Amino acid sequence: MGKLPVFAKVPAGTQPEYLNPEYRSSVKRAPTRPLILLPHSLSERTGPVFGQDCIGATDCDLTAQHAGAPLGERIAVSGRLLDEGGRPVRGALIEVWQANAAGRYLHKMDQHNAPLDPNFSGCGRALTDSDGRYQFLSIKPGAYPWGNHGNAWRPAHIHFSIFGDGLLSRLVTQMYFPGDPLLALDPIYNCVSDEKAKQRLISSFDLATTTPEFALGYRFDIVLRGRDATPMET
Amino acid sequence: MSHVPTPSQTVGPFFSIGLSELCRERIECVPADGQRALIRGRVLDGDGEPVPDAVLEIWQASEASCGDLGPGTDARRGKIPDGFGRIATNERGEFQFSTIKPSARRDEDGLMHAPHLAVVLLMRGLLRHLLTRIYFAGEGTNGEDAVLQLVPAERRKTLLAAPSQENPRGLSWDIHLQGERETVFFEA
Repeated sequence: MGKLPVFAKVPAGTQPEYLNPEYRSSVKRAPTRPLILLPHSLSERTGPVFGQDCIGATDCDLTAQHAGAPLGERIAVSGRLLDEGGRPVRGALIEVWQANAAGRYLHKMDQHNAPLDPNFSGCGRALTDSDGRYQFLSIKPGAYPWGNHGNAWRPAHIHFSIFGDGLLSRLVTQMYFPGDPLLALDPIYNCVSDEKAKQRLISSFDLATTTPEFALGYRFDIVLRGRDATPMET
Repeated sequence: MSHVPTPSQTVGPFFSIGLSELCRERIECVPADGQRALIRGRVLDGDGEPVPDAVLEIWQASEASCGDLGPGTDARRGKIPDGFGRIATNERGEFQFSTIKPSARRDEDGLMHAPHLAVVLLMRGLLRHLLTRIYFAGEGTNGEDAVLQLVPAERRKTLLAAPSQENPRGLSWDIHLQGERETVFFEA
């Protein structure tokens, strides 16, 4: 197992607690008994490795999956996938999904009274390149109401699912947009105590990846759980 | 460690838009010989109500899945890698999948690992995913397993897939998120 990663401890406060009463759905679904500390074996230090064959031609362009262009503000979302040591995570599968510009998901359980867009499915996939970079073209998702509390609205977000170097670096998260006034009110965003970690969830507007006359650029770098920095015997 | 890790956020209720492309209920394994096991169960919340919007990711590690083989080798055939399965619960909170039962193995430190599957559990209401394991009831090496030893004896059965009346040709394994029979979840 010499080449397999040895994962470092998760820094305190950077991940949400399971129970967060402000987020109502966690109350009946969060475990109530203490978690049992699991030594890292082959099952945790390995994970599925996806290849280019799971990526379709239009998977990284959510605006090109139908006959016409979707409505909304066109955006290019890009960034680097790194570990805590700053090393690029290469060949990693990223899956994304999101609501359309009106704040409606193409999902039978989404009851929000906002129009569907026949030209937008809202899902994509990409593999990171040799420098850990990825890019999606999409439209900016709309905010939408949800039933968590009175007049509750989710800030605009894109869901991200990432497979890193092993099962322990598996990450499912959400990317938010800078300056969104709904962030301060959102119990899901606010479930993290470490302020720097919270800032990781917010993309930044990026003029360098903004294409003139075409699309606004947003940069979203993602940091996966890192390897143990403890010096090894050599 | 110079970079703060990105926090987890819930998968939410609408994950099937993005995740169903890679759903698969038949887990292909290397080696492909051995006994096929059909595992069925339900995910239940703190009120005992079924969870219709959970997704399970099964990871069955083998020596062949060690990273040094890398992409494009025999460890991966077709678009979903061997040893991996992703299964969403239905409206009754039920899931099922089949796999080849893994072998017991002893690691380089001499520790015994009884046949098991790693399970990542995601759903609305979970701000970060849960990690658990499926072991096989009646397996001779369970008594020596390095991880089961760490679990209080009275809770070990929550990790065992076992034959049941409802599922005579397969194995049953339910996930109880809370309550008397709360499943053992791990931090790693």
